[in-house]
Amino acid sequence: MNAYATGETHPTLNEMLGTRWRRPPLVQRAWLRWVLVIGGIAYLIAAFLSVEVNWTRVYEGLDRGGAFIMAFTQPNFVSRADAIWDGMLESIVMTVASSVVGILVSIPIALGAARNIAPLPIYLICRGIIAVSRALQEIIVAILLVAIFGFGPFAGFVTLSFATIGFLSKLLAEDIESMDRSQAEAVRATGARWSQWIDYGVKPQVIPRLIGLSIYRVDINFRESAILGLVGAGGIGATLNTAFDRYEYDTAAAILLIIIGIVMALEYISGIVRARVQ
Amino acid sequence: MPVIESSEGPVWRLRNRNETLTRWFVWLLGIAIFLWCWQQISDATTWFFVWDAPNIAGDILGRATPPRWSYMDNLWWPIWDTLNIATLGTIGALILAVPIAFLAARNTTPSTLFIRPIALLIIVATRSINSLIWALLLIAIIGPGVFAGIIAIAIRSIGFCAKLLYEAIEEIDQSQVEAVTATGASRWQVMVYGIVPQIMPAFAGIAVFRWDINIRESTVLGLVGAGGIGLQLQASLNTLAWPQVSLILLVILAAVVISEWVSAKVRGAII
Repeated sequence: MNAYATGETHPTLNEMLGTRWRRPPLVQRAWLRWVLVIGGIAYLIAAFLSVEVNWTRVYEGLDRGGAFIMAFTQPNFVSRADAIWDGMLESIVMTVASSVVGILVSIPIALGAARNIAPLPIYLICRGIIAVSRALQEIIVAILLVAIFGFGPFAGFVTLSFATIGFLSKLLAEDIESMDRSQAEAVRATGARWSQWIDYGVKPQVIPRLIGLSIYRVDINFRESAILGLVGAGGIGATLNTAFDRYEYDTAAAILLIIIGIVMALEYISGIVRARVQ
Repeated sequence: MPVIESSEGPVWRLRNRNETLTRWFVWLLGIAIFLWCWQQISDATTWFFVWDAPNIAGDILGRATPPRWSYMDNLWWPIWDTLNIATLGTIGALILAVPIAFLAARNTTPSTLFIRPIALLIIVATRSINSLIWALLLIAIIGPGVFAGIIAIAIRSIGFCAKLLYEAIEEIDQSQVEAVTATGASRWQVMVYGIVPQIMPAFAGIAVFRWDINIRESTVLGLVGAGGIGLQLQASLNTLAWPQVSLILLVILAAVVISEWVSAKVRGAII
């Protein structure tokens, strides 16, 4: 916010005549600005002093870093093709299944978490589910679920579904809360049942956003499914981890390139779909 | 919307026959794909473990409560490390993201044909790979520790920051830039006096927003050895010290909530 946006500190033209113009500061209040600057510098000094960097190790590692970057110019898709294919397929399968289940579950929760539709007790329960799902990160949920369900894609599937619920329900509920009341009111005035009211009064208003968000979430789920393998929850992550551990940079580069390619394709598709529905 | 003439007069339908059939076919295909995926997961799952899950979950919960509060003494230093990873990583990312954003924005890029696609490629590539994978990679290259975590967070955040920033640059009010240009300002002066003041609020908002996300991400980076509280989590999990695990999870939860609160406050003050 600059000086001219807050009316009271605006100097009059007469006062400014003859004085040198200075750029308005980002933080308006002087004391706050100085506290932020000094606090920031003090923090940075403390942080730099406490971070231990083993520079000789870093220097030695630069060769390997160079080797890895060179590996991107000649990625090896062939020698571990089976492992890559299996891992990728598992990632995609987990993505599809968890997105479908997550979206289906998140719709009723979103309805429950919208204050203009749900009664207070249901609202609180649904908001609680959303808060828990959003506060826990995927990887931590995955660790716990692997401990409970055992290794394999099922734990990853449940993890991603759970994360999808938090993301989608929250955004969808906000969209429902900001919808046009008069349309829903009009449908209700015709004597519609609750299900008809939702179907004809609410659904048409939020469906474009639901489609856009769902496709975006598919994109996120694929990216996340690539790391769940690190903790044993299935997907390409396990293959990638093994490739790094064995210093097979060419295979790791191939996997990363495939991930980037799929993410770019998904982003492109979601751009087209979102442009069409909105 | 087709109207079908029947013996009892015109009947209104939402879709004609072909549209209905196409819709049914797409739904059928979608459900078939989902069922196939479900079968793949089901085949790879030991269902006995899944049915037994409530017992196991109860067992773990029983072991994990109450949290071992005395372990907190060992956590202060990792918490400080986590904060450093997130903050220094965000600063590093912003330093790298600003030039990339200027190169990627249509109205400031020197060349739409060559440089803009490269900048966009950097944005997509850094964004599509998770920070844990970056950490894994950097640990293989420069060794485990906080430094690898900082670099991992920095690289991962470039794409996010640069994308939001270049969108902000593209949305600036061009007339201010023109006014500064009209005074005879050089290219750099136009940038400093015409563009930067307009994107400064967006920049501060992006920085705080990303810092919030980075606090979340840096709490788990230790799982692969990149420092922070995740290291303690991994160690506790490996030794099945569930009371410590529950304490660490509570600390992480608190860190996430606090960082979200700080970020919301700061963004509320800026915007």
